[in-house]
Amino acid sequence: MYSYWKNNQLKIAPWIFLAPGIFMFSLYVIFPIFQSISLSFYQWNGLGTKTYIGVENYIELMDDEYFFVSLKNNVIWLVLYLLAVPAGLFAALFLNQTVRGIRIYKSIFFFPFVISQVVVGLVFSWFYDPSNGLLNIILEFFGFDTIAILAEEDYVTYGIIAAGLWPQTAYCMILYLTGLNSVDPEQIEAGRIDNARGWRMLWYVILPQLKPATFIAVVVTIIGALRSFDLIDIMTGGGPWGSSRVLAYYMYEKAFSEYGFRMGYGAAIAVVLLLIMMIYIAMILYRLYKDEKGG
Amino acid sequence: MKKIFKNQIALALAGILAGTSAVAGTLVINGDTSDPAPKAAFQAVIDGFEAENPDVDVVYNLFDHEGYKAAIRNFLSADAPDIAFWYAGNRMAPFVEAGLFAPIDDVWADQGLYSLMASSAPGMTMDGQKWGIPYTYYNWGVYYRQDIFEDLGIAVPTNWDEFIAAGETLKANGITPITIGSKYLWTAGGVFDYLNLRTNGYEFHMALTSGDIAWTDDRVRATMANYQQLIDGDFFLENHAALSWQEALAPMASGEAAMYIMGNFAVAPLKELGLDDSSLGLFQFPAITPGVPMAEEAPTDTIHLTAGAKNPVDAKRFLAYAARPDVQTAWNKALGQLPTNAGAGVTDDKFLNQAFNMLNNDAPGGVAQFYDRDTKAEMASIGMEAFQEFMVKPERLEKILERLEKARQKLY
Repeated sequence: MYSYWKNNQLKIAPWIFLAPGIFMFSLYVIFPIFQSISLSFYQWNGLGTKTYIGVENYIELMDDEYFFVSLKNNVIWLVLYLLAVPAGLFAALFLNQTVRGIRIYKSIFFFPFVISQVVVGLVFSWFYDPSNGLLNIILEFFGFDTIAILAEEDYVTYGIIAAGLWPQTAYCMILYLTGLNSVDPEQIEAGRIDNARGWRMLWYVILPQLKPATFIAVVVTIIGALRSFDLIDIMTGGGPWGSSRVLAYYMYEKAFSEYGFRMGYGAAIAVVLLLIMMIYIAMILYRLYKDEKGG
Repeated sequence: MKKIFKNQIALALAGILAGTSAVAGTLVINGDTSDPAPKAAFQAVIDGFEAENPDVDVVYNLFDHEGYKAAIRNFLSADAPDIAFWYAGNRMAPFVEAGLFAPIDDVWADQGLYSLMASSAPGMTMDGQKWGIPYTYYNWGVYYRQDIFEDLGIAVPTNWDEFIAAGETLKANGITPITIGSKYLWTAGGVFDYLNLRTNGYEFHMALTSGDIAWTDDRVRATMANYQQLIDGDFFLENHAALSWQEALAPMASGEAAMYIMGNFAVAPLKELGLDDSSLGLFQFPAITPGVPMAEEAPTDTIHLTAGAKNPVDAKRFLAYAARPDVQTAWNKALGQLPTNAGAGVTDDKFLNQAFNMLNNDAPGGVAQFYDRDTKAEMASIGMEAFQEFMVKPERLEKILERLEKARQKLY
């Protein structure tokens, strides 16, 4: 026994160290994924018995206009939420200077990320309020008509994304600020000597060095876009008439809300959401794998 | 962090204790009376019960009103209390069908409730048995600015033409006829209910909400045409889809709007906003189709014996206590609502007296629960969303009705 351990210590030790993590990960992540995939083939109200109905939930999904509205909104979220990355970069570049009290300004810029999404949602709901909101007071001042952004099916998703961009930009800014600290001053010097300034300096000298920060910023922003649940719940509850729902919210409504409790249907929506996430997860894993190999 | 953890342990322990120590005499009640008035009112009921039954110790687990709707599904199947709060009508159907509530016909018989609670009995009946005790209900109706109506010389409308004329007079004076906040959808369900009850009557309405009638039926279209008349006539508050029902109270209080199709629970906040018995009034939603008997909406709140109750004997004693006329009188006085027991007294209040009279004498057609309690849950959310959409985009009527019909065929 002792000799077996001795001979294979190097092989076994990592697995012993990994075991608790693997156990937890399987129990709380892997197992539930397969559980919800299997649930999506059943009809179940969370109380009675489950009935196997094959792919009927998926067939229903294909015929469900609310599902496609949610899917479309998810795509809009994914695309527009990425604006937080360049916005964060410019905020970081702007704040990356040595002026008296710069730490205070940095804190103020970072503030929206520290406060809860619920507060952000409430603040923006008031901002958009059709009768007393700041936005409409400004619009009226310039002679425009008032507009109830959160009650217009064409604007509501953009209104919520704008609210989400506020804290997300702050987050990306912090990532870039730390990244900027590690930019090599010698390379900047060298760039100066070669007459690079402004945009060219940013594009060819600074940005390549910020690649790790950009990668993290994109990843967290995409994750943030896919989890855009709290803001929607606080600001509109998915409305008006379901036009601001995303898949995660629709899944919640179908499975857990007051009028839902169709667990199988909710699980089917979750599976679709998982497939979308898999695209990104695969991209990230590939990227990490390549980096590891290269490094 | 540490403190939270400690509390969690305490909670978990409490749960274990409550779950295992079914010592005779402990009665566990789970409820959602989280607002101040209902909370105090129910505490008084518990105190009264304990005073009369010193051998019973009541443990009351109070849940947040919204969170309760999700929690009840878990605790009923996992670790059931003896008594749980819920609602009458179709809302209790899933629990009855899943065998999580227990029938209490014996309590009804012992207390003589078949006659004393005759009006709320249909809402508590499934499979020919009684599944709970209704303890309170409240009316819906048109709450209006009595002072504004008087100033403009508008008489309380009793039919559709008068109602439209009243609205036109209000608009001519720069006042929005009807305030509403449809962000959380159910307010639109109330408007639809009344229009349908008045256009087609109670029987039709109940058949429609039970899924027996197509949404593309001409009679539904007649209701929607009346709805559209109000929408096209700009009767409703602008931007209502962005407002909650509470936010829609403000225009009413300030006099920018003059009517609110609402439940009795709107009276208290309106009075807090400065209205009183002389400026705020209530009238019954006017008749639309002549000859259709007037029907009303009056959602009923209930308490139930659970199937997993560990102390069903004391639970039934409590249910009997909660059904008693004197208890219901005091309880509903504290709630500002109406008792379900015909032997109980109604608190002397302008709105409650009027509502009591309306429900008992002027609603020969019948009493509906509410759109989201009379229909299946999933149909209710699709339906109320559709009403909200219709109120903003009435031109989509055809598409909306087809969508509702598709949902009906799938769900029923």
